[in-house]
Amino acid sequence: MSVFCVALRAKSADNDVRAAGVLADIHRRGLTHISSVRTTRLFFLKGDLGKPMATRLATELLVDPVIETFRVFEGMTDGLQEAASVEVHCQPGVMDPVAQTTLRTARRMVREWGGDPKSECDVRTAWRYALVGVRDHVELESIARNVLANDCIETAYIDGFDRKDPRPTDFPTAPATEFELREVRLRELDDSSLSRLSREGHLFLSLEEMATLRAHYRKLGREPTDIELETFAQTWSEHCVHKTLKSAIDYKGQDFGRAGDVEAHFDNLLADTIVRATRELDRDWCLSVFEDNAGVIAFDDDWGVAFKVETHNHPSAIEPYGGAATGTGGCIRDIIGCGLGAKPIASTDVFCLAPPDWPEDRLQTGVLHPRRVLAGVVAGVRDYGNRMGIPTVNGAIHFEPRYLTNPLVFCGCLGLIPRDKIVKRVMPGDAVVVAGGRTGRDGIHGATFSSSELTDTHVDEFAHAVQIGNPIEEKKVLDAVLAARDHESGCLYSSITDCGAGGLSSAVGEMGEELGADIELADVPLKYAGLRYDEIWISEAQERMVLSVPQEKLAKLLSVFEAEDVEAAVIGRFTGDGLLRLRYDGVQVGEIEMQFLHNGLPRTSRAAEWYAPEKNQIQPTEGSLSGQSLGARLLAELGHLNVASKEWVIRQYDHEVQAGSVVKPLAGPGQGPADAAVLRPRLDSDRGIVVGCGLCPELADDDPYEMAVSAVDEALRNVICSGGDPNRTAILDNFCWGSVDSPRALGALVRACRGAYDAAVAYGLPFISGKDSLNNQFSQSEEEARRVGMPACVSIPDTLLISAVSVIADVSRCVTMDLKQPGNRLYCVGGFSRRSLENSAAVHRRVADWIREGLVASAHDVSDGGLLVAVAEMCIAGDCGAVVQLDDLARFINSEDDLFTSQRCCYVLECADEKLLKADDVVVIGSVHAGATLTIERAGERLADVPVQALADAWRRPLSSVAGV
Amino acid sequence: MAEVRALLIRGPGTNCEIETAHVWKQAGAVARAVHVHALIEHPQWLLDAHILTIPGGFCYGDDIAAGKIMACELRLRLADALQNFVAAGKLVLGICNGFQVLVKTGLLPGPVVGESQVTLTLNNSGRYEDRWVHLKPSTTRCKFIDGDALLHAPVAHAEGRIVTHNEASLRTLADGGYVAYRYVDERGQPQDYPVNPNGSIDSIAGLTDHTGQVLGLMPHPERNSHFTHHPLWTRLTRDRQPDGMRLFQTAVNVMR
Repeated sequence: MSVFCVALRAKSADNDVRAAGVLADIHRRGLTHISSVRTTRLFFLKGDLGKPMATRLATELLVDPVIETFRVFEGMTDGLQEAASVEVHCQPGVMDPVAQTTLRTARRMVREWGGDPKSECDVRTAWRYALVGVRDHVELESIARNVLANDCIETAYIDGFDRKDPRPTDFPTAPATEFELREVRLRELDDSSLSRLSREGHLFLSLEEMATLRAHYRKLGREPTDIELETFAQTWSEHCVHKTLKSAIDYKGQDFGRAGDVEAHFDNLLADTIVRATRELDRDWCLSVFEDNAGVIAFDDDWGVAFKVETHNHPSAIEPYGGAATGTGGCIRDIIGCGLGAKPIASTDVFCLAPPDWPEDRLQTGVLHPRRVLAGVVAGVRDYGNRMGIPTVNGAIHFEPRYLTNPLVFCGCLGLIPRDKIVKRVMPGDAVVVAGGRTGRDGIHGATFSSSELTDTHVDEFAHAVQIGNPIEEKKVLDAVLAARDHESGCLYSSITDCGAGGLSSAVGEMGEELGADIELADVPLKYAGLRYDEIWISEAQERMVLSVPQEKLAKLLSVFEAEDVEAAVIGRFTGDGLLRLRYDGVQVGEIEMQFLHNGLPRTSRAAEWYAPEKNQIQPTEGSLSGQSLGARLLAELGHLNVASKEWVIRQYDHEVQAGSVVKPLAGPGQGPADAAVLRPRLDSDRGIVVGCGLCPELADDDPYEMAVSAVDEALRNVICSGGDPNRTAILDNFCWGSVDSPRALGALVRACRGAYDAAVAYGLPFISGKDSLNNQFSQSEEEARRVGMPACVSIPDTLLISAVSVIADVSRCVTMDLKQPGNRLYCVGGFSRRSLENSAAVHRRVADWIREGLVASAHDVSDGGLLVAVAEMCIAGDCGAVVQLDDLARFINSEDDLFTSQRCCYVLECADEKLLKADDVVVIGSVHAGATLTIERAGERLADVPVQALADAWRRPLSSVAGV
Repeated sequence: MAEVRALLIRGPGTNCEIETAHVWKQAGAVARAVHVHALIEHPQWLLDAHILTIPGGFCYGDDIAAGKIMACELRLRLADALQNFVAAGKLVLGICNGFQVLVKTGLLPGPVVGESQVTLTLNNSGRYEDRWVHLKPSTTRCKFIDGDALLHAPVAHAEGRIVTHNEASLRTLADGGYVAYRYVDERGQPQDYPVNPNGSIDSIAGLTDHTGQVLGLMPHPERNSHFTHHPLWTRLTRDRQPDGMRLFQTAVNVMR
């Protein structure tokens, strides 16, 4: 067998668009003396091809003859000498969808042309970048590392300045391992050895948990096998069981939402707050809550809406593109694996990152620059969602320096499910079928990785937990699952779930919890030979689902999957004896009682404490609102990255595929920031779904209780502003904490849970699903910490994302936030004074009623940037002016800051109708104006007069200018 | 009235077949989507259909180049059947990814212009972009186009820039009536980005062949087929036919 290298180049620089993008990236790093970049795309074809066949493949499959030229060489290089170049190859085992597709198509074509159909072949791809103007090898290496390649998934070969990295001469082969059953000596270990075993084996179990296992195996009278121990580590990980949120907690400290101190006991924090809110509200339209991969509420008599939001923080920290893409893909699989399968209809994405203009020299070793993280996570969400054909409709980005070492990536997905397909039940005797992507070593330790703290060596230790996604594989799986679900003979399977972070161990473990399962690991399809049995069991495979299939339907199911070109394999059966039995090639390698696996985890009881921090006494600025400063400040606030337009991100997402888009992320002729997205998911119905979110980490340092209440409030305001119905709105929680090791950090978590509970109950918003990620801190050496000017341990602000979904009867009642009609009055509703949750709830309901009655021409919530920013955004969106009179509001305003601060329970409404004039909590603040300026007045004095064009410029440019062209 | 049957081809990664079939049905046709592998097994299905549609999406992930692999499959296995389909006077519509497939199969701009004269490649911005554009009909030959009213619809693609082999190829397209639509502003004038969202040469947004029976275009007319699709619908009245419907309606009327 030989290897041929096909090298393709653009005929002219105009058509080397990739090179232009790379050059812009390099220039953004300040290296403006680099004058040009040229790319070469390399395909390596291995097999019994011969040069004529390789050339024919290049001609008919690989090259675009209008814009490219190509050459074919024997061997792994095209032999071209360039002055300074970097050639980037995927590391062995990293998913390369282009290589995979090329291989499959080349096989078919070669067969068609009379080639030997049995001959082995394989494909790899690479990119080479030739650079002009590089000063020395140090600079070339820096460009390779910081712009062109990520060394956790790729290898960069550098040529130039007397350096010529040797290329591989053949395709890599995975190291083969001989089968060997391994036991772990656990029973005789003392406590310190147990802790060491947990740490060095990447089990991340506490001493108490390790001791529970030791006692268990002493009782059984044998040692555990390695695969058994790994199964416990996955199943008992924070990622999989949320042991902190479910633990018993004794809290003392500041009372919740009122003055004074309190002591409180929670038997199970999650059950006593979040879940309790749902139970107390007891809405009959909540169809499935907290038990499946996603929560489900009623859409109409026939359909339900499923919603799930996940985080994928640690993988995104070390490989932003792959991390965000597989995060999106994983959340979509949660929807496909909800009930007997929901069809994904929309995605959401929220990022918490350090500012993208962060100084290059204040970056820890092993930490990626936030601009690179931003570009990577946006591209990851984009490529997965767009390729799956799922519109990404709503999101947020919050910038703050403490997310530098631990960026947060929240991925949400909504789906539509027939109401008679929500319940699933595995039956004894059902076959265990795995379908979709194959298993490799690249997904090992996903669950335990996400449950650990990041350090400056995490890249080396956990590169194997980062995967690259293949969205088309998942699209095929989705098509196959829906075809099997809706089969003319009835649903072809009894249950389905996705392969989560623990791989088969978590999927089969969960599905077989009641019954037990018998698994033959040698039957699991692998990407390459040589995986050990325990690797097969715990490695996360992307794009893979696990189904339980009644034996009599198995043949039909397999043929449906084959027709969609999806690999499906039977790997065992669900038994009924309550045992999880694992074999490899017939030899038993593990046996665990399901009962102990799922209920043996020792419950912890912990102390939590929280008292308000000493307030820095910030003197309110003098009450005078000076005209000069007000206009300038408004422009500055509009340009703050947390406020500024996210158009650069939004346009990269397909937000209209599936043709259900009603309220898009950008509204009005001036394309301002819409509040919640609205979808019409059934093409033959006018019913709609409204999707929004709330996120206020800036309040967490002062009080996580208030942060949680504000996040719920903001999510609801979002939804109401677009026409959502507060009586039909459900919410989801995602807690991201730095750590929960100290009583104070745990106390902060307790406060956030209580705040979420209080707001949910007061507003009538049941929680239907949630997820937590409680290890988002970064440790580094003192020396490194000094160098970058940060503490040795950097922790994110406590962050709670609330996502909201509302079902509405008629999308034509929705409103957008762009100002519509000169002459209409502008009202400020709510906000600007501390009000009870009950009073706030009344305000929210009233606004929703006015919108439903058709009284409101445009509505916008007062969040980041405050009231004047909200009005300015409405002007930008409507491409028209307004006059704001602060007179009636003046008695609520203590300082200029109040006009630029997010206000809980606060709306700006544009109405022609005068009914609002008589309502409570409403202040007239001006009117819509035909002119092209936003004028701000008080007591007849003109405080500011800003052209709408200037507002728009200030708001539109900042993100795209720091993040990309 | 005679029944008009629309057949949609989907492959791995096609993702607009449901809404596109829905719009065909709204326009009065009977529509069904079939997998390309099934169609290769049953090429006679083409005999039964009047309108063939290759909908949008990312068939085969757009790996190697957008539309390339599906085009290779069609060329290898269905080339004759497709030629016969057009020769029988029937219509072919490729939207977005489907347009890319038609160009890479050679069905557009078609055998008279010849192979390797035109391609669709990466947008000048280097990025995928979703934005609404206006299209101006630029030929009288195309069966999908009735009149010269502008068509408002969104583009959503990363590889929509038309590039021609050389100046002469461009002249052939422009002078020969092959340019079906151009990107224009709301007054009908060609402009630079973002009016021309991808940097296509001569602002070309869609092509037809020498018969006028084959149309490929980058924007998605099916995404402007309901009054709430329009980005400014909250400012408009409801009593207007969405622009995108007109294209489908025109085709159904032609085949009736």
